[in-house]
Amino acid sequence: MDTPTTGSFSANEMMTIVAARALGDRDVCFVGIGAPSAACNLARLTHAPGITLIYESGTIGARPTVLPLSIGDGELCETALTTVSVPEMFRYWLQGGRITVGFLAGAQMDRYANLNTTVVGSYDKPKVRLPGGGGAPEIASSCQEIFITMPMSKRTFVDQLPFITSFGHGTGRGSRAALGLSTRGPTRVMTDLCVLEPDPDTRELQVTSLHPGVTEEATRAACGWPLRFSDRLTTTAAPSDRELAVLRDLQARSTAAHRENS
Amino acid sequence: MPSYCSLPEAIAAHVHDGDCVAMEGFTHLIPFAAAHEVLRQGRRHLTLVRMTPDLIYDQLIGMGAADRLVFSWGGNPGVGSLHRLRDAVENGWPQPLALEEHSHAAMANAYEAGAANLPFAAFRGYIGVDLPKVNPRIRHIECPFTGELLAAVPAIRPDVTLIHAQRADREGNVLLDGIVGVQKQAVLAAKRAVVTVEEIVADLAAPGLNAVVLPSWTVTAIAEVPGGAYPSYAQGYYRRANAFYTQWDEISRDRDRFRGWIDEHVMKQGPEAFRAFTPRGR
Repeated sequence: MDTPTTGSFSANEMMTIVAARALGDRDVCFVGIGAPSAACNLARLTHAPGITLIYESGTIGARPTVLPLSIGDGELCETALTTVSVPEMFRYWLQGGRITVGFLAGAQMDRYANLNTTVVGSYDKPKVRLPGGGGAPEIASSCQEIFITMPMSKRTFVDQLPFITSFGHGTGRGSRAALGLSTRGPTRVMTDLCVLEPDPDTRELQVTSLHPGVTEEATRAACGWPLRFSDRLTTTAAPSDRELAVLRDLQARSTAAHRENS
Repeated sequence: MPSYCSLPEAIAAHVHDGDCVAMEGFTHLIPFAAAHEVLRQGRRHLTLVRMTPDLIYDQLIGMGAADRLVFSWGGNPGVGSLHRLRDAVENGWPQPLALEEHSHAAMANAYEAGAANLPFAAFRGYIGVDLPKVNPRIRHIECPFTGELLAAVPAIRPDVTLIHAQRADREGNVLLDGIVGVQKQAVLAAKRAVVTVEEIVADLAAPGLNAVVLPSWTVTAIAEVPGGAYPSYAQGYYRRANAFYTQWDEISRDRDRFRGWIDEHVMKQGPEAFRAFTPRGR
């Protein structure tokens, strides 16, 4: 780890940086759009230059210089090792078991890291119609493990999900095995306040690390269920100068690029 | 050999009221010009099939062209909601929209089953999730060899598939490369295929041996429409208009502003307007 920064950083920057740190140089990572994409590319540009980033548009080994706005920007294809069709991506590469980490975000999550990106309210008469599952339902079951990154609030970390779009740990220990799943499911959740991991016994998410300056109280207040904390709770290492500089460069390049109309 | 014709002629001849229509292109090569022609010709009661409805179906849905949508991810990529899709689902405006919702894996498999002339696709999916509870067309089948329970979805067999490609040669062979999505499957699964292209050339000049080439006898009609994928993109011709995708959030949020935009940019235009979005047309 580099030396911690002496300057200030935002909660969102901390979230992206701690999410990036979870990835390794040898990972083959199926990248969700948005926050996961920023984290995955930050990892590639810092400690994990060998990581293989896969986007569901079919690009394998993408090395974009700016963050794509969509999962299929030309930048991804131009910099990829190879690009395959979408059926091949989902059949051979994802279902084929070639992916070590699926990196997801969601609109809502429950204590067992099940995700909802489909509806708020009932399916037939939704209060809010969300985009839906896309690749996530099968990413969640086929990747060897799942990382999730999303900001934490009572609106997003909910006691009961109205709809399960992607399966995490179901109703707790044994849920995945009961469905015949041998993949590990969500192993880490990186938020703007803390890192959570499933309790080894119950599979309920518990806080294992609080970001610098964040209190247990503030974290509890941002969660819709009675939040548990690990006995071995630690403090997340603050962003290093290098992590912050690389992330800020990446974000600035991306923002400028997304303003252009071809 | 497909017929070479104008886009209005191709849509008039091959897209009918009540058809099941797939307009594919996974972020790349989305056939916007063809969709606009469908709107101008006032098609109604369509079943629209597309993995990612994107702006192209937001426009068709907002104008009331569709009764039914088969899809797997209905957002504005990297931006947020598709407001016209949401308004149709949440408020029935301008008319109710029936949904058949899947995952990407399911739709990719279903297109492939259609291309392979199979009645359904089997795959390992929908495990532990709620979509099968709300979509009766998601079922399960036991593997006759291992006993494993697999998800099954019916093959997608559109009446007509519309795609945009980089180029066609004079014999009517079509080339697309870059992110090729599910277009090959969607074309081969359909009864008819209408293709718009950036240009018609003497030689396809495939950059390698693995570009997707659709032989002329798999295509029904071809129309040359430079810029026809804007605001998505055509690799090697023009880039994705990410700023327009962001602006669409504002344009589409309000019903009147949306209708005004369609009137000005679709109803009062023709396919030739897309040329302005190519570097050569500027």
